[in-house]
Amino acid sequence: MGFEETELRLGLPGNAATEEVVRKRGFSETETHDHETATVDLMLNLSSKEPTTVADPTDKHNTLPKEKTLLPADPAKPPAKAQVVGWPPVRSFRKNMLAVQKSVGEESEKNSSPNPSFVKVSMDGAPYLRKVDLKMYKSYRELSDSLGNMFSSFTIGNCESQGMKDFMNESKLMDLLNSSDYVPTYEDKDGDWMLVGDVPWEMFVESCKRLRIMKGKEAIGLGLAPRAMAKSKNRS
Amino acid sequence: MPRLAYSFPEEVLEHVFSFIECDKDRGSISLVCKSWYEIEAWCRRRVFVGNCYAVSPATVVKRFPKVRSVAIKGKPHFADFNLVPEGWGAYVFPWIKAMAAAYPWLQEIRLKRMVITDECLELIAKSFKNFSVLVLTSCEGFTTDGLAAITANCRNLRELELRESEVEDICGHWLSHFPDSYTSLVSLNISCLGNEVNLSALERLVSRCTNLQTLRLNRAVPLEKLANLLRGAPQLVELGTGTYSTEMRPEVFANLAEAFSGCKQLKSLSGFWDVLPSYLPALYPVCSSLTSLNLSYATIQSSDLIKLVSQCESLQRLWVLDYIEDAGLEVIAASCKDLRELRVFPSDPFGLEPNVALTEQGLVSVSEGCTKLQSVLYFCRQMSNAALDTIARNRPNMTRFRLCIIEPRAPDYLTREPLDAGFGAIVEHCKDLRRLSLSGLLSDRVFEYIGTYGKKLEMLSVAFAGDTDLGLHHVLSGCDNLRKLEIRDCPFGDKALLANAAKLETMRSLWMSSCLVSYGACKLLGLKLPRLNVEVIDERGPPDSRPDSSPVEKLYIYRTVSGPRLDMPGYVWRMEDDSALRVS
Repeated sequence: MGFEETELRLGLPGNAATEEVVRKRGFSETETHDHETATVDLMLNLSSKEPTTVADPTDKHNTLPKEKTLLPADPAKPPAKAQVVGWPPVRSFRKNMLAVQKSVGEESEKNSSPNPSFVKVSMDGAPYLRKVDLKMYKSYRELSDSLGNMFSSFTIGNCESQGMKDFMNESKLMDLLNSSDYVPTYEDKDGDWMLVGDVPWEMFVESCKRLRIMKGKEAIGLGLAPRAMAKSKNRS
Repeated sequence: MPRLAYSFPEEVLEHVFSFIECDKDRGSISLVCKSWYEIEAWCRRRVFVGNCYAVSPATVVKRFPKVRSVAIKGKPHFADFNLVPEGWGAYVFPWIKAMAAAYPWLQEIRLKRMVITDECLELIAKSFKNFSVLVLTSCEGFTTDGLAAITANCRNLRELELRESEVEDICGHWLSHFPDSYTSLVSLNISCLGNEVNLSALERLVSRCTNLQTLRLNRAVPLEKLANLLRGAPQLVELGTGTYSTEMRPEVFANLAEAFSGCKQLKSLSGFWDVLPSYLPALYPVCSSLTSLNLSYATIQSSDLIKLVSQCESLQRLWVLDYIEDAGLEVIAASCKDLRELRVFPSDPFGLEPNVALTEQGLVSVSEGCTKLQSVLYFCRQMSNAALDTIARNRPNMTRFRLCIIEPRAPDYLTREPLDAGFGAIVEHCKDLRRLSLSGLLSDRVFEYIGTYGKKLEMLSVAFAGDTDLGLHHVLSGCDNLRKLEIRDCPFGDKALLANAAKLETMRSLWMSSCLVSYGACKLLGLKLPRLNVEVIDERGPPDSRPDSSPVEKLYIYRTVSGPRLDMPGYVWRMEDDSALRVS
């Protein structure tokens, strides 16, 4: 990747969505006119059920209207056409299944997000900081891939995303922290520095104020490692 | 010349016939002479009824008294797309009732697009002591209570498969009705059930049935439970996962990966609802031996799909969403050299704009790289004659080609011309083509090609195509092996039908909806062809209340030896034949 990622760009770098066709959201368009409540609903769901790491306002618990409304989020988009019965020939079973699942790329459409969650990202040893909008990602994996792309020219050895994957694997955590590899940490609302990955994704997005990618050695020194190991062990 | 045929004792003939399994051949044998007819009938063990109204249950049980396995199909194919109104028919009860009396040793029932009630299931459970196989595909009308009757009573059950059926899910405990002593399960498919089944009962069932080969779970089975299930059945050959996501936790992942690597016989995977890509690497240990992969519910990006599929070098069947994109199909063309069947489904079928980078190019790539490709179902938003021509020339071995260009009447996107030449190339080069579905802008010309070249064609699906009756005429007069023809929204009227009326008796069925066939023509067909049931489906009310020239909404014509069916709903009218007139 190299220097392209570090060039001054106006677009959002390292973001998978900019490389792809902007995804048309089918059924999810019905949610767009009700954006605030959709976000609030998400928080309520978190407290009542085991959250997944994939943020999605249209998760299984919402009743999904089968037809599209005619109020697209983007007024430039044409209104939905009247649907012809039985065309295209997709079985009801399949249509229903797709309708209730989380759709790819929904959350990465930043146009739709009313409250982007930009946080500064610093990496030890890098000459300057970056900013990312956490709302653009659905999972730690996506964030780590993105950070990896952003800072790949600065890392020695494993690239960041591999480092993140490794740190998720308990047995490799100590190896990682002992090496010159990097550990992602973040400052939460209370001002505490936490290890990225402990809490469900949505919770992380809400509480993260800034990110710091620390060198492994420093992370041990801060006492992050034992806490992280303990937390992982407690979760059975 | 000595008449050897008559000198063989019956037992010898029966033994010889037992090696003939194909229905068509069995039919031929039965036509040789009266004694062969009788012997063949006596020893036929499997019956396939392609249209439940083509013959009555009484006729079947009378001719074949010793049947062990029955397969019956009901509603027309277009019922899958909501074109057949509720209550149309295809009730299996009369069949079960007749077989309960005639076949106490019946073992297998396989139904497709039929209505089966709990009462039917209870009757099955009660009547057939050796019952072992129940496969319900696209069926409806029953609840989990009916399933409980099966699991509680069928001691020899080996296969229970509910494929894409509509089941009223009352209670997940039906699975627990298998007694603890029951261990003969070989195949279980509950993928279409909405609610949870009793998971601990499922775990116990899976681990004590050591012959279990196929296990297709439903979405309600959480990913955390999958590893345990797999450990209980390391001999599994076919697996359908439940939900394929949960919080990303290293130990769950490790557990799952280990469980998968223990399944050395795994050849087929499906399920994959709500996929979290980080969990896909758990499958890597089994990828290289997979022959069948159904990712058609996996709403994940091309890059994640590619990472998985590129490792499946033995893949023969792949079902996937169009998230695979052209790039992914190119990878498949390079990696999956044994691919025989490809189905690409639309992730956003009702969207107006493309949401993925999937075009005709993806299919062209696969047609180039996968030399064994025979069967294609492809949804896309643009196509060209050039691409179809390339595909046809690349893959003359194709036997099933179903293309759905999402926008009706979409022309060749490069030349703006109809796609006649492209589909013409398909039928011309693919000489063994048995099934074809058309789409896009098409004139009568494409039907001329089909009639000329489609000599082996058995099933043809047409929508929003053609200009005049000549189109339909080409097909009816040219396609010698046509069995099923289904047409919607085409300007085909009376002329072609009436000119080719006799052809209809050589086919299983004809469906026409939103076309231009008049009520008068239907009446005429019904009158002249007593061995057909000409059924007009019209929800506007009795066709008599409209002029004879008025087009009917829908028309379903099928050959039958049983005369009119007795269970037609209020919106179906059968056109009388003149045998009724003769009697009176």
